[in-house]
Amino acid sequence: MSAQETPAIEVSGLACAYQDRRVLEGVSFSVRKAEIFFIIGGTGVGKTTLLRNMVGLATPVAGEVRFNGVSFTSADTAARRAMLKTFGLSFQGGALWTSLTLSQNIALPLEEYTRLPGDEIARIAAFRLSQVGLAGFEEYYPSEISGGMRKRAGLARALALDPDIVFFDEPSAGLDPVTARNLDRLIVQIRDTFGTTIVIVSHDVDSIVGIADRLIMLDVETRGIVAEGSPAALAAGAADTKVVEFLTRRTIRSG
Amino acid sequence: MPASPEALGASAQTRTENEVLQVALGGSWALTTPTPRWGAVVGTARPAGVSLRADALGHWDTSLVVFVGEARRWCRDANVACDTALLPEKLGLLAGQFEASMRTDLKSDRSHSVLTYVGLATADAMAQARGFLQFVGECWIATSRLVAGRAGFRWFDCIGEMQKCGAMALPIVSLISFLVGVTLAYSGAIVLRRFGGDIWVADLIGVAMTREMGAMMAGIVLAGRTGAAYAAEIGSMKANEEIDALTVLGISPVRFLVLPRVLALGLMMPLLAMYANCLGILGGMAIAFMTLDIPPAAYWVEMLTIVDFSDIAVGVIKAVVFGLIVGFSGCLRGLQAENNAAGVGNAATSAVVTSILFIIVADAIFAVVFNVIGL
Repeated sequence: MSAQETPAIEVSGLACAYQDRRVLEGVSFSVRKAEIFFIIGGTGVGKTTLLRNMVGLATPVAGEVRFNGVSFTSADTAARRAMLKTFGLSFQGGALWTSLTLSQNIALPLEEYTRLPGDEIARIAAFRLSQVGLAGFEEYYPSEISGGMRKRAGLARALALDPDIVFFDEPSAGLDPVTARNLDRLIVQIRDTFGTTIVIVSHDVDSIVGIADRLIMLDVETRGIVAEGSPAALAAGAADTKVVEFLTRRTIRSG
Repeated sequence: MPASPEALGASAQTRTENEVLQVALGGSWALTTPTPRWGAVVGTARPAGVSLRADALGHWDTSLVVFVGEARRWCRDANVACDTALLPEKLGLLAGQFEASMRTDLKSDRSHSVLTYVGLATADAMAQARGFLQFVGECWIATSRLVAGRAGFRWFDCIGEMQKCGAMALPIVSLISFLVGVTLAYSGAIVLRRFGGDIWVADLIGVAMTREMGAMMAGIVLAGRTGAAYAAEIGSMKANEEIDALTVLGISPVRFLVLPRVLALGLMMPLLAMYANCLGILGGMAIAFMTLDIPPAAYWVEMLTIVDFSDIAVGVIKAVVFGLIVGFSGCLRGLQAENNAAGVGNAATSAVVTSILFIIVADAIFAVVFNVIGL
């Protein structure tokens, strides 16, 4: 793959608001195909807001989001639906449908978008659950499992259709370190196998240093990106000390 | 120039060589497009071995993993050798994981026999009854602590609830009780006119509204309006762990949430019932004037010959009890709600059904008791 090819995601001049408050202005970046890309920053800087604006859950105040060179922001309903089919989104709390079993939760996108027979869908659902370490929980309801398990089931659902791009909102928050590292391994495996583009909103430094190819850091003061690059390069010498502090988990005294 | 594998649909070409089924997997495999199924590819053939290989294979996803996994499982069941060495390494790895997930012994069978269901239902009914008794007990304790002045009462919450369940229910109670008065007047007139006793419509409506319909209509309106709201509100608080947050702080959810609501209903219901009585009598008066030519003054005087303070007292006593029933049912169902979105809906439905059921039962008991004591 050449570096000149169309990026999987291009965000240009995006301004986002949370309720009536502008949280981000003029955000521009691009994500290459099959890249593991992190959006990081402290709490309340608008990481999740940025994600919601990128996938169409919120409408940007200004700017444009393009997937594989095609504008998502200005796409009509049918084109949007076709694009949404190629996304997977894993929500912070899992966002499983509580009236459906785990197996049915994963089966729903497959039933909606494929013509596979029911037993095959059930087997794929079981496979997805085993991939996230939930084998045997097919018939459980979301209210019967723990928060971390719900989160992993949410990830299994996001992967149901083998999406081209998977967005993760805080995948490791609330998980123990071992489970979190297993999740990281799964993310890398998915990327290596299917060439999936992965966008992760997180502030788990172990994940960031461990698996990120590139990252952007958002900052509340500038309401935009303060740093962009690979974690190793940024930790070694970012212009902004905040970035180094974040990635090395050390406070740097000035003067 | 041959077309690129990306552009071609998924294919699985077979040929048999030395009793070994050779399957060449090609084209682009995606879940969202039709792909070959292993069952259809192998058909009824009974080869001595299966060999899978990639031939001009383009983009692939889980659909191919499923195909290869199924093939491997079929080979294992039929006890024939399965050669997947010529497939991409990652595909072989995932197919192995897929096969393992089908084989898992952890798979839970959560269906039960009929006897188990009966047992579970019985245990559930027992738990419900126990929960009900416990709730009544907690309410009793909280009330007695309140009366003894040993616990604070959230008057501010209570007044807010009174506003919501009382004042804000006036329009709907007005409409419904006025129309009840109207319908009673029409149906009463059919019978009474046969005896030449049109004027007795006033007596009929006076007694029916004050003793029965005023309290009953207010109770049913509040069961649907307020009882369901209490169940939904407390149910979603429970789903949101707000009730647990109260409990760990040592604050009784009954004192904090239930008592202000129940008391608000207990105080507002008699007022609403008396208001409903007035509107019902007004409705009857209007119909008597318009269709039976009974002047309002005559209607009023005739009504006062039979309706006295005891009839109004009967209605008010019933209204207090109906109010408590609606409040308790709503709060109990809310506290019993399951911790999910469907649970909140079920709690609201159940609160309305429970309230109306107990209102009717209590009304029947009152009828018998008041008859015995001659009230």
